[in-house]
Amino acid sequence: MFKLFEPNKIFKITSKAPKYVLFLFIIVLSVGLVEALVISPEDYKQSDAVRIMYVHVPAAWISLGIFSSITLLSICGFVFRNKNFFLISKSLAPSGFVFNIIALVTGSIWGKPTWGTWWAWDARITSMLILALFYAMYLIVWRIYDKKEKVYKISTLITILGIINVPIIKYSVDWWNTLHQPASINILSKSSIHSSMLYPLLIMTAAFALFSLLIFLMKYNTELIKIKNKGLDRL
Amino acid sequence: MIYELLFMNGYAVYVLSAFSFTLLSFLGLYLLTKAQFLKEQKKFVAKFGSLTTEQANSAKSQRVNKEILANATNN
Repeated sequence: MFKLFEPNKIFKITSKAPKYVLFLFIIVLSVGLVEALVISPEDYKQSDAVRIMYVHVPAAWISLGIFSSITLLSICGFVFRNKNFFLISKSLAPSGFVFNIIALVTGSIWGKPTWGTWWAWDARITSMLILALFYAMYLIVWRIYDKKEKVYKISTLITILGIINVPIIKYSVDWWNTLHQPASINILSKSSIHSSMLYPLLIMTAAFALFSLLIFLMKYNTELIKIKNKGLDRL
Repeated sequence: MIYELLFMNGYAVYVLSAFSFTLLSFLGLYLLTKAQFLKEQKKFVAKFGSLTTEQANSAKSQRVNKEILANATNN
């Protein structure tokens, strides 16, 4: 089954897809920005500062989603002895890291008008910072080691250790007394967020997901060409 | 309405800086990734150009190599 996803077979699709994904991303992002900055209402408590949520929350969601995917793919790479899983993981990491940084910075900007401080060693913020460190370690490992087998082992170990932090991030607001409010959006139970704010949030999340797909495709193609470059050297 | 959008009840500086940071990060990551891609593609085309006819034919037998060359010509 994995043969269907071999780089040689999917390159035709991955090399053409970025321009369509970019086009779709620009459209969805434009709609999302209008919804987030103009159409959506202000909050009764936070007033217009609530609009920061439309970049902060999707960035945090996607950085968590990407890290979980990287972990799963790295483990699959080991279990099924398939290098393509590692290649996909490596291509996903840069956008995950940038989304993590966006979540931290926009969270800090949001903190100033709502909590009166740019930074607090709150459980959610600290655990997100730790996730950024795991992302950084993962990316550095790919840069500093030449031996592929060693990179696969160390990067997988980093993701396994880092994934322990993901449920901590998710449940930190329930487990500890933090400045963050508990989750307003629940998949299993009724969400406490009004639809006039939920829809812009979902549109922005879709835009951010498209952006991470775009970066992933471009990065994946780059990695594939790098491999082919080495192949040409061996001819 | 434009005033409301720009002022945002006094929170515009926070809201717009958060959005600007996000969009600039997107732009930065996109440009960096694109530059890396073009660099590798250029390297590939240069290496391919230096191959002998026999080596080039052997390399061209791989579908991915053909695709890379085709994309490089389109860019």
